[in-house]
Amino acid sequence: MANLKTDTKKTKAQSMGLHSEVLTGKTQQKFFNPDEAENFFYWGTHDVDFNKRTELDVKDMDCKQANEKIDRLMSEGYGTIVIKNPQGKHSLGVGILNKLNLIFEGSLGYFGVGSIDGPIVRINGRVGWSCAENMMAGKVVIEKNAGSCFGAAIRGGDLICKGSVGARTGIDQKGGSIIVGGDAGAFTGFMMQRGRIVILGDVGINLGDSMYDGTIYVGGKIGSFGSDAVEAPMTKNDIEWLNRKLKVAEIGNNFDVSKMTKIVAGKKLWNYDALEPTEKKGAI
Amino acid sequence: MCGIAGLIHRGKSSNVGEELQNMLQALKHRGPDSTGYALYANNDGQNFILRFKVGENVGEGSTSVNEDESVYDERKKLVDKKLSELGATIVKEDRLTPYSYRYEMKYDKDLMEFSKALESIESVEILSIGKSLELIKDLGDATAVSERYGLNKVQGTHGIGHARMATESGVDIKSAHPFWGYPFADVSVVHNGQLTNYWNNRRVLENKGMRFMSECDSELIAVFLAEKMRNGATLEEGMKESLTGLDGVFTYFVATKDSLGMAKDTMAAKPLVLYESDELVAMGSEEIAIRSILPQEIDTYDPFDGEVKVWQI
Repeated sequence: MANLKTDTKKTKAQSMGLHSEVLTGKTQQKFFNPDEAENFFYWGTHDVDFNKRTELDVKDMDCKQANEKIDRLMSEGYGTIVIKNPQGKHSLGVGILNKLNLIFEGSLGYFGVGSIDGPIVRINGRVGWSCAENMMAGKVVIEKNAGSCFGAAIRGGDLICKGSVGARTGIDQKGGSIIVGGDAGAFTGFMMQRGRIVILGDVGINLGDSMYDGTIYVGGKIGSFGSDAVEAPMTKNDIEWLNRKLKVAEIGNNFDVSKMTKIVAGKKLWNYDALEPTEKKGAI
Repeated sequence: MCGIAGLIHRGKSSNVGEELQNMLQALKHRGPDSTGYALYANNDGQNFILRFKVGENVGEGSTSVNEDESVYDERKKLVDKKLSELGATIVKEDRLTPYSYRYEMKYDKDLMEFSKALESIESVEILSIGKSLELIKDLGDATAVSERYGLNKVQGTHGIGHARMATESGVDIKSAHPFWGYPFADVSVVHNGQLTNYWNNRRVLENKGMRFMSECDSELIAVFLAEKMRNGATLEEGMKESLTGLDGVFTYFVATKDSLGMAKDTMAAKPLVLYESDELVAMGSEEIAIRSILPQEIDTYDPFDGEVKVWQI
């Protein structure tokens, strides 16, 4: 994400270019115009230097203290931050909106690295429920297992778990990629709207239940399909994309992606034809 | 939302009282109303441990009616008289709070008849009967309850505990967890979730002679499992039947004198994090509970939907 600033700090909405939004008709969004980049201020971001590295021991901090300290370090220009002793604390590393190398030497609790937009995060442990919820961009790699609601409502970026994940992985997903090296629980891809989920192992019952759109790839056994989730043929593009993504994700060496099962929405639960042309174009 | 925690040492004893206190205190934010422990202590196994209450804690936040302490003394006398009539011999007695007691006693007859007779006395409730089970529950957080009952010195093999946020019933001891698996000695249950077919199941089980002491939906699990075991099912078989017999969302733990089990509903709607090694199994609603006794880096995972597991000491 660009880190562009003006001298004058406006309100958050004004700074993000939303002040001229015209709320008419079904399609209401007015997208950011790159020609006006010099006027764009992304509130809460910092210019950091990846070569400037530091360590932070959060053993005796609560999550608010730890997050404030991370923010302070970023404001001082540190671009690589190693967090020691996270010890399963909740809500660590949330709301980071700029580029950053963030490394956790241990496990996180609930809502770890939620609402991030750009950092590259490596977690050398496990994560609890709702890891990377609402992630916009960046890359998160978890070396061990993850809890339920993994990647809930993510909109972009790559979210990777090398171990297994719990139930409702990718619930309400709106974009980006979720890649899991192990198994996934029930209701994976529940109500997902866009993006892709890749599970190399088995998945539980009700896979893709009530999904609007998006694609799920499963390498192992499927407990059962959810409402309106249907199998689709694998294409050459699917195979190329999967091979590329697994390489980026550092998992699945020599995994034969051509044998994976591809699941998409049957689109019987909603009236797809009622979409406006611009919305149809946006749907994958 | 409630927080639950459990641990079992395999092949050795440990300070389970202090360990469980630390785990539950780490989960305090999930349930500040009451805390309960079911500890499986290193007792000599000769006598029954009877824990019962003759009134309620009417401290801050309680929904119970205030009673004069002299009423408790009268009820205690009635309990002693009833025990004598039942043929039980009291070996040792401790009054832990104005309203709760711990008796060591000799008794060799039917526990269901024993329990019915004792609980026929007004406001008397058996919290647990067992030869190793020490079930303690009261209002307050884990540390407060532990200090009130001197639990941090209890040595034993395993235990389960609960930090309660009252949603379905009142803030009182009778609605607090764990629940004893009446009428089985040494069986206890803690639960996180909501059961939606509580009344249907309760009516059926009461018609079969099972007893409910509260209107807390979680008590159903203990009674449901006890009824299955009364009819010859193993603990694990009963737990597997509970996945379809109980409707709603749940993660629960059950403990017996030599085992610890967990079950998770088929929607996996309630959290559970589990650590498992050859020496120790520790689990809780959140990883921070496990970290309170195992601060070093360890491998943990979330059990999947519909999973049932049982470990032996």
